[in-house]
Amino acid sequence: MSSSSRAPVVAPNRVLRACLYATLLVFAVYYLLPLYVMVMNSLKTLDEIRQGNMLAPPREWTVKPWGDAWSRAQIGVEATGLRPYFINSVLMVVPAVTISTVLGALNGYVLTKWTFRGANVVFALILLSCFIPFQIVLIPSARVLGFLGISGTTAGLVLIHIAYGIGFTTLFFRNYYASFPTELIRAAQIDGAGFFRIFWSILLPSSGPILAVSAIWQFTNIWNDFLFGASFGDFDSIPMTVALNNLVSSSSGVKEYNVHFAGAILAALPTLLVYVLSGRYFVRGLTAGAVKG
Amino acid sequence: MSFLQIRDLEKSFGGLRVLKGLNIEIDAGGFLVLVGPSGCGKSTLLNAIAGLETIDGGDILLEGRSLTGLRPSARDMAMVFQSYALYPNMTVARNIAFGMEIRGVPKAERERAVRDVAETLQIGHLLKRRPSQLSGGQRQRVAMGRALVRSPRVFLFDEPLSNLDAKLRVDMRTEIKRLHQRLGATIVYVTHDQVEAMTLATHIAVLRDGALQQFATPVEIYNDPANLFVADFMGSPSMNLIPAVVERDGDGLVISMTRAREDALRLRVPQGLRRLYDGLGGRVGEEVIFGMRPEAIGEAAEAGDGDGGGVVSGECEIELVEPAGSDTYAVTTLGGVEVTARLRAESGVTAASRHVLTFALDRSVYFAPKDGTRLA
Repeated sequence: MSSSSRAPVVAPNRVLRACLYATLLVFAVYYLLPLYVMVMNSLKTLDEIRQGNMLAPPREWTVKPWGDAWSRAQIGVEATGLRPYFINSVLMVVPAVTISTVLGALNGYVLTKWTFRGANVVFALILLSCFIPFQIVLIPSARVLGFLGISGTTAGLVLIHIAYGIGFTTLFFRNYYASFPTELIRAAQIDGAGFFRIFWSILLPSSGPILAVSAIWQFTNIWNDFLFGASFGDFDSIPMTVALNNLVSSSSGVKEYNVHFAGAILAALPTLLVYVLSGRYFVRGLTAGAVKG
Repeated sequence: MSFLQIRDLEKSFGGLRVLKGLNIEIDAGGFLVLVGPSGCGKSTLLNAIAGLETIDGGDILLEGRSLTGLRPSARDMAMVFQSYALYPNMTVARNIAFGMEIRGVPKAERERAVRDVAETLQIGHLLKRRPSQLSGGQRQRVAMGRALVRSPRVFLFDEPLSNLDAKLRVDMRTEIKRLHQRLGATIVYVTHDQVEAMTLATHIAVLRDGALQQFATPVEIYNDPANLFVADFMGSPSMNLIPAVVERDGDGLVISMTRAREDALRLRVPQGLRRLYDGLGGRVGEEVIFGMRPEAIGEAAEAGDGDGGGVVSGECEIELVEPAGSDTYAVTTLGGVEVTARLRAESGVTAASRHVLTFALDRSVYFAPKDGTRLA
């Protein structure tokens, strides 16, 4: 083979490449700017914010707004900061995500590997719940929570979020398990494994990517939910999002913008962390099944 | 009494009958091969035996006791799947031991059993690996190990070799045959490969569209096919099936096949072949399908040479010669179809020339063109 034929068939166009990178850079800055503004202003004193120039870094760095937002800011009647509400959110999110994911996985397992007459109808009905707007179910939900005697409690919020989450988690797991080889289930049946044993020993260990997808999706939605928290939350069950709103929109006293910025970042941090830590599974899980590995 | 008995078995999916009243039985230690084109119901039948598929009629009996209603694990059968179906999250050792683990077999006993099986199949060095780290042939061995470790009453194989490359397939085929001989196990084996069926089976059941075409030993299936479908499906290269007309010549019968650009080839049926006279005597003037295995057509030096017994000869135009190392295949056209003769490797036959071929009519079979039923 002659040396000339080793040259790349298409020569890289340096100008085009530069334009591409410049565009990407502009968009990256565009998306990161709000985060930059929030972080910078949360580290300034209130006086410095009042002087204007939101984009400038702090002349005098301080972490006091973070401390205030976490444990001292006035929210509602007491000056507790966001901490108790953060704990409320955690107490709500962890069981809601866990239970809705497990139920979704079981639904997906049954709908693909133990199909029965009318399985597709059942799946369509479960899927329909993904498309019902939150507002429509507020009154019926309130009635149900009242009937069960758990209105205004964290348990009540957990129940609502599970009910709403099952549609999505079922969709995720059904589509993932649809491409899971049925012969494996049959082999396990011949080995003597029962319904739950197959689920636990064969299916779940192969479900890593889709478990991550379901957990991230559910975590983000439930953590960020405002409507249900505002509608069904009570003093000891109000989630972080509602508390942040109360903090920012309180009409008494001075508006402590630096504390508000710090509080908003605190409220957004868990979802950000979850995505950074398991985001690569998210992408892998969403594309799994499209190409059989 | 038969060891495994399938009685009037019926199975439908929706309104579609996929198994139509099957009756098959084999003795302990038998090697039953279910063979047929795809969609013939052979895998459904295997799944029904395993208990993975319910049945809609008839019964399956093992040692005289009905298996109906028994869960797959309660039937004491082991199955090897086409895709091997190894648990991807478990090591090879755990894959093999999983069934015992569920049955609560103590750990020490499990480990000993796994070691024994690993030694039999020469997979000892793979025990700690995961299925994804194995080659196709190794996965196949592990899948067999998982079946062997149970010492079940029946082994079920669902096209176990179809995912292997040609060389490995032949090796594993030999290995399965050897295992069967050594263990004396009863095996039901599904394949669409008729060579596998011929080489492995003690009995073959040929299926088509859910109906049993023939159930017999490989030799019978090969030499004495029950109908046109079996004759065509079994054997490689396949049987020559030549449109021919039965004619009367004096007190004898003649099989006449048209040829392009020359007179029909007329083969006089020797008087000794009572089978042919009985089957074809009433069909004079009718068209039949004349079936000859390639090896039943041979080569003779000149016309009349080699005649005698059930063998007759005729001169044919050889169109094509295909040396295949061990044999040489010669192709001519009779009755409008290509006819292959299997000759010796050192045969002097050359293409585009005339040679005398011998036809062993004692090994010929005849079918009705309309429905493929056997005439003689």
